Amino acid sequence: MFANTFRAILVCLVFQAFGFSQSEGMVNISGKRYIPLYGRDSTVVEVKDFKMDKYPVSNAQFITFLKVNPKWQKSNVLKLYADGNYLRQFKNDSTLNINEHLESPATYVSWFAAKAYCECQGKRLPTIDEWEYVAMADEQTADARRKPSYNQQILSWYETPRTNEKIIGKTPANYWGVYDLHGLVWEWTLDFNSVLISGESRKDVDKDSNLFCGSAAIGATDLMNYAAFMRYAFRGSIKANFSIKNLGFRCVQEMEQIP
Amino acid sequence: MKTLKSTKPISTIILFCAVISLSMVSCFNNEKTVYEDTQDIPVSREMTAELTAPPNVPTPVGRRKAKKLIIEMEILEKEGEMTDGVRYVYWTFGGTVPGSFIRTRVGDEVEFRLQNHPDNKLPHNIDLHAVTGPGGGAESSFVAPGHEKVFSFKTLNPGLYVYHCATAPVGMHIANGMYGLILVEPDGGLPLVDKEYYIMQGDFYTKGKNGERGLQPFDMQKAVDENADYVVFNGSVNALTGDNAITANVGETVRLFVGNGGPNLVSSFHVIGEIFDKVHVEGGDLVNENVQTTLIPAGGAAIVEFRVDVPGTFILVDHSIFRAFNKGALGMLKVQGEENEKIYSGEQYEGIYLPEGPGIQEMPTTDEIVEADIPAQNLDEQIKFGKQVYMQTCFACHQAEGQGVPNAFPPLAKSDYLNADVNRAIGAVVNGLTGEITVNGEKYNSVMTRQMLSSEEIANVLTYVYNSWGNNGTVVTKAMVDKVKNK
Repeated sequence: MFANTFRAILVCLVFQAFGFSQSEGMVNISGKRYIPLYGRDSTVVEVKDFKMDKYPVSNAQFITFLKVNPKWQKSNVLKLYADGNYLRQFKNDSTLNINEHLESPATYVSWFAAKAYCECQGKRLPTIDEWEYVAMADEQTADARRKPSYNQQILSWYETPRTNEKIIGKTPANYWGVYDLHGLVWEWTLDFNSVLISGESRKDVDKDSNLFCGSAAIGATDLMNYAAFMRYAFRGSIKANFSIKNLGFRCVQEMEQIP
Repeated sequence: MKTLKSTKPISTIILFCAVISLSMVSCFNNEKTVYEDTQDIPVSREMTAELTAPPNVPTPVGRRKAKKLIIEMEILEKEGEMTDGVRYVYWTFGGTVPGSFIRTRVGDEVEFRLQNHPDNKLPHNIDLHAVTGPGGGAESSFVAPGHEKVFSFKTLNPGLYVYHCATAPVGMHIANGMYGLILVEPDGGLPLVDKEYYIMQGDFYTKGKNGERGLQPFDMQKAVDENADYVVFNGSVNALTGDNAITANVGETVRLFVGNGGPNLVSSFHVIGEIFDKVHVEGGDLVNENVQTTLIPAGGAAIVEFRVDVPGTFILVDHSIFRAFNKGALGMLKVQGEENEKIYSGEQYEGIYLPEGPGIQEMPTTDEIVEADIPAQNLDEQIKFGKQVYMQTCFACHQAEGQGVPNAFPPLAKSDYLNADVNRAIGAVVNGLTGEITVNGEKYNSVMTRQMLSSEEIANVLTYVYNSWGNNGTVVTKAMVDKVKNK
């Protein structure tokens, strides 16, 4: 048992050595206090400085991870940690299906697997607040939420089929130098299930509910809330063992942890 | 449950009577038990529900008993055609807009399996208005892409109900087509009819204007403003027209299950040339008779029935009429069979309507006729001026090359009628012409109004006509015209 744990740690450490090249693929995000579109309450949240992966994790990167961590391979993964769709884009434990692309975002990954991937590199999954903070930037501004073009672009992605098959990094980076937060796949967050959505969205926006800024949302007419609604609705519909075609992830790292 | 409010002795009597009548019923009919409360209806056996794509509906329940009914419905986000050249990404229950028709009977225990296709981007759920319970099932059916949710409910109230997606943002999910109808038939079923169809209205909001080509994204702002680009039956402009029209034969009774998904607009449902014999108002028990137009609220439905007595194409519209002719809310019911002239004669006669009494109709005018400023100096000028008059006055009926319009307006090109008699031609322009004439072997029975032209202009235009399109080259002078005028 001890030996097993030790081996797992060792494997992670070894993998981290691989991972260093990747931490170059991160950008600094300077934190700030801001009001999320749709949060746990209507108050301001604070995001500390952190680093975020420029790109979502690709199939190629995930294959490397799988080689070093066989327990996350399709045939070995614990059923508790991943549902039946886990890594459906794979033919076997190390090879993609014929039409899948190595440089497409890694999807069909459960929250547990995504979390393990990040931890093995000394990183973690971003929180909802962190993710939303970076994702509210467009190419020019850190907070583009009021721009109609920004919202229209996001909404049009929500309507475009098969975007998960696209190649990472083909659209311009945002203000922070981060790519593909919108346009390819949804992304896991560390605390994705902290905002409760019951599935009865009309109940959730009841004024009695203090879960989030519901009373403001009930009269919301601007597009920005609708894009956010859809992300939160999606997060509300998933569980940590779900593996979904349109759901990938990327990692973040706290500043002080960087050597 | 209904309760009776009355004084005690009376209620006792009523109870007594009820017991007697109940026991009598059970004496005469051992199989049939009437349940006062529909939730007590027992179910026997299991069956998979037949689901149909619009405009079709599943087989009537008839006399079948309440059952455990398995419904499997798949959610698909897919691209489709709104109208010629205009594409739209629909979100659908079962791959169609509106979603598959569900047919149940009162007392059924429905096991609903909602499947969200793995290719879909979004989570969805279903709120069935036929469900008694929080969210109409929405709470229990919230399902992520690539997953399935199962929940059960018992159909307690007969009627025609809307179902729709209720995932945030609700309006957008509905606006993209996530709605359909579920019918709960009463015990013993609805009376049988000859034809049944499924029609559902919806309003759509696209970034481009109505008719703008290409893949059109959803426009949230227009939806909030309730400014619809398309209002259609069954998800697209052509879903119920041309080859897609619904059909019936003369003498048959047609039942339409009509819903309105919205998200915003209320429908004034009307069938041009029919009167609804029966309308289940708002899809419930109340039956209204002899209805011209029935109001169908967004998120509501109605059952309309009528017997078709004469053949022809009957147009289904939202009688908020610009929606029908400019936004697509138009469908067709084609009825075949024998004419019945007692009910509808067809056109019997067309004549001229003359408010001032008989005579030849003339174009209303207030101005005195002004002679052309400069009289034509030679034949070329006469033809040139004549052409100008022709293009202003004659062109609309007789057409650019004098070819006329078949069966309506006779040709002037190579016209035997014209070339045979110049004075008759002048007379036609000066006085108008009505009644049957034969031109180049074809009969015409139309009206040419008296033309308010000066003698000079008439001479010019006729000269132009006689010297064009293979006519005989007659030159008409002002004097010739005046001679006819003064006859």
